[in-house]
Amino acid sequence: MSAVHDHDSHDEHHDDDHDGGGMHATFKGYMTGFVLSVILTAIPFWLVMGKVFEKPSTTIMVVLAFAAVQIVVHMIYFLHMDAKSEGGWNMLALVFTVVLVVITLAGSLWVMFHLTSNMMPGMSPQEMRVAP
Amino acid sequence: MSELTLKHPGAMGAENPPVSKDGSAGHFYMTREHHPENGTLLGFWLYLMSDCLVFAVLFACYGVLGRNYAAGPGGAELFELPLVALNTALLLISSITYGFAMLEMQKRRKGAVLMWLAITGVFGAGFLGVELYEFAHLIHEGAGPQRSAFLSSFFALVGTHGLHVTFGILWLITLMVQVSKHGLVAANRRRLMCLSMFWHFLDVVWIGVFTFVYLMGVL
Amino acid sequence: MFANLDLTKLIFGRLTWEAIPYHEPILLVTFIAVCLGGIAVLAGITYMKWWGPLWRDWITSIDHKKIGVMYMILGLIMLLRGFADAIMMRAQQAIAFNGSEGYLPPHHYDQVFTAHGVIMIFFVAMPLVTGFMNYIVPLQIGARDVAFPFLNNFSFWMTTFGALLVMASLFVGEFAKTGWLAYPPLSGILASPDVGVDYYIWALQIAGVGTLLSGVNLIATIVKMRAPGMGMMKMPIFTWTALCTNVLIVAAFPVLTAVLVLLSLDRYVGTNFFTNDLGGNAMMYVNLIWIWGHPEVYILILPCFGIFSEVVATFCGKRLFGYTSMVYATVVITILSYLVWLHHFFTMGSGASVNSFFGITTMIISIPTGAKIFNWLFTMYKGRIKFELPMMWTIAFMITFVIGGMTGVLLAVPPADFVLHNSLFLIAHFHNVIIGGVLFGLFAGIYYWFPKAFGYKLDPFWGKMSFWFWVVGFYFAFMPLYVLGLMGVTRRMNRFDDPSLQIWFIIAALGAAMIAVGIASMLIQFAVSYMRREQLRDHTGDPWGGRTLEWSTSSPPPDYNFAFTPIVHDNDSWYDMKRRHYVRPTEGFIPIHMPKNTAAGFVIAALAAATGFGLIWHMWLLVVVGFVATIVATIVHTFNYKRDFHIPKEEVTRVEDARTRLLAAHV
Repeated sequence: MSAVHDHDSHDEHHDDDHDGGGMHATFKGYMTGFVLSVILTAIPFWLVMGKVFEKPSTTIMVVLAFAAVQIVVHMIYFLHMDAKSEGGWNMLALVFTVVLVVITLAGSLWVMFHLTSNMMPGMSPQEMRVAP
Repeated sequence: MSELTLKHPGAMGAENPPVSKDGSAGHFYMTREHHPENGTLLGFWLYLMSDCLVFAVLFACYGVLGRNYAAGPGGAELFELPLVALNTALLLISSITYGFAMLEMQKRRKGAVLMWLAITGVFGAGFLGVELYEFAHLIHEGAGPQRSAFLSSFFALVGTHGLHVTFGILWLITLMVQVSKHGLVAANRRRLMCLSMFWHFLDVVWIGVFTFVYLMGVL
Repeated sequence: MFANLDLTKLIFGRLTWEAIPYHEPILLVTFIAVCLGGIAVLAGITYMKWWGPLWRDWITSIDHKKIGVMYMILGLIMLLRGFADAIMMRAQQAIAFNGSEGYLPPHHYDQVFTAHGVIMIFFVAMPLVTGFMNYIVPLQIGARDVAFPFLNNFSFWMTTFGALLVMASLFVGEFAKTGWLAYPPLSGILASPDVGVDYYIWALQIAGVGTLLSGVNLIATIVKMRAPGMGMMKMPIFTWTALCTNVLIVAAFPVLTAVLVLLSLDRYVGTNFFTNDLGGNAMMYVNLIWIWGHPEVYILILPCFGIFSEVVATFCGKRLFGYTSMVYATVVITILSYLVWLHHFFTMGSGASVNSFFGITTMIISIPTGAKIFNWLFTMYKGRIKFELPMMWTIAFMITFVIGGMTGVLLAVPPADFVLHNSLFLIAHFHNVIIGGVLFGLFAGIYYWFPKAFGYKLDPFWGKMSFWFWVVGFYFAFMPLYVLGLMGVTRRMNRFDDPSLQIWFIIAALGAAMIAVGIASMLIQFAVSYMRREQLRDHTGDPWGGRTLEWSTSSPPPDYNFAFTPIVHDNDSWYDMKRRHYVRPTEGFIPIHMPKNTAAGFVIAALAAATGFGLIWHMWLLVVVGFVATIVATIVHTFNYKRDFHIPKEEVTRVEDARTRLLAAHV
């Protein structure tokens, strides 16, 4: 009743010129991303292992900033993220996800901090560490 | 691309309104087959976004519980940064080798693709090996996941990442078999692109892990 | 002998004959009834030689229409189980006064209210909503199927096997006694060492995977597969709400998955995420689960808002008022639903600053919903309203949901919530919005789209019976609960000491009985409609004067939905086509590219469920074998590259010619 066709040829014809929504990888792109990532990884490790800054809070801020930049580097050079792929839906999905991740992280930290400080009085973070 | 033509009346006898210059009146259906764009890459990206949220929960847990050492060992005592640096290097290199595989795929060079995939798999396996060694060492020292909430969160977060890498390697092997069997047909190219997204995504998550967990953990 | 013992434990884990509830008469009777009923069904299928068609045309089907129907059947069957739990609770609470302790001891009662919540949310509301989106969205956007038809089939079977695991807990072992969200430390291994919470965890994990994949599927479908000319702002409003719902699904369900994994790690491995000692924090579970839980309730209601929008426009003969503002309101609700979750635990001590923030956001989120109500009212204003059942359900919804919404805003005020948290007032509030909003919307949708799916309308008399008994029954069942809540009565109790409360519980039980009549009427409606189907037959495909593309197809639509992909020019595309004297093509048909049916979804889901069962009962051999088999089956499936075929143009011509004749005969 129903004819069985091999659809590889069909598919080939479709995807030949545009390999799935605009992914145009180049050697230069990958190498740039790689070199940047190496630098953005090595420096934070050096900062922490070498105890370069006096205050740990400074180190934390710098290290977090490097992480954020490296994530962006990965997004652009490895994941080929731009505002045009999939008609902008990829970027929209990413932005929405990032917003939710921030809400989940910041919200949880904020709520749990308030809960613990209100409901477990006398427990400083120091005490939390050593309480069995 | 797609053809819009006016269909003239058949046996039913009614007349279609005439076609106007802008093509609006009377053009109600396509007379040739309409193939919607393939949704696989978008769909996989959406799945990756959902995976981001899984990791967000695990990071949130680590953020909230990550200093609850329960009078046990903390990050400063446990983490060996040189080992983590090695791991990070292995994963980053595996990312670039996968990138090379994709470049060869664009050039339709099947053999080269398979070679770079294999190398990626080896580096990925190396990453897992180092991680398993680290876990075994921690458990041996009494710092297993049951010791404290800090360690539970650590093992859950890093372990989930490792599990993802494991599944990635399994997928990679499967794809290698499929590519050698069917060649770089469109379906396989799509799958390679999905695995590419997955693999790089895991590297992005690892940036978060080595920053939040390891680097900040020893401070 | 030692080796023997080990083998038994390895194979059977903690599953023993004791797991079967010989000593619980209610369960035993239910078990016997289910067995007899089940045997009757199996015998009937065998006698009618339906196994072949069942397997070929339904179980292995990747057709979104068949899958949609199967979701609806699952949801309606589980509604009966969930409602049985409700009746049991109402009966218990009504009689347990004046020295009587009722017939349901807490050990049993706690499982009943837990199962009631889990089933109603996960296995009634979610499948019904998903069923609608599955059936209707591809038709509304002019597509032939969803973006990932195999995944669709797999998602359905994962959901169904999740439901089966919950049902299995009735007869093998017990269910959780923790409430539908299973808070630790009660759900931890120390307080609940038995299988109940494990049934809960694995049923939800399996069903959750299905739901998540379904979310990805429908977003990709709506983004990629709309007919030419259908820009985003020309989509039907139900498709918009479906899009936002699936965005919520993709963004919320991973949180549930992760949290349940953490709980299961606590139970299986002895980690300390949510324990009382070694640094655990049970409130972290509450925090995370509600980050999922609040978007979940919007997942339930948004598609129903979409159904109401379609119904109001169709039955008032008018374009929906304020389409753009409806779209914006839906998107705003989607985003805001992530900013309110703490209102579920105001009383847990997060303090004034945190509570005020979330109280304010909760009040803000009621505004876009209010805007929607006004838009529906403005659509009705100066329309030619036809009070068919979908419209009746809509009016009932508008009144009932607004009341429920107002009590919600009341609860959003933290000081008020301190008095009313976990009281029957809360129970009344959420049943008010879920029944008044979600369920009434689903019933409106069923009556509205049933002719499209099955080719004949539902019987209006029994529909009206169902309607009146449901609506009146709802008010009798839940208004007393508002009163009781304000008097300070707490939820999840099987009996109370104060005899002055009994009258309210009796009224509530009466309401439940009326709802039972409403449900029975609905079942009778299905039976009577089937028997009278020739008189109720829909010949044109457009029995209501619809406005969107699904009404351009025959009832039921052909497998391929549209012989030619439609081209869209305006909102309410079908109405636009009719207005411009569209003539249906009767020749020039072409072969149509379609996906093939497959057993892979059913098989993989079954293996996953077997693995889940093994995890519940600590049958480690089954777990390992099942898990490996699931992975292997998945990999094997990916080796299948021949997943589609063409319907030959002769077949298309035959189907379309039959419709041409049908239309001509009933002009």
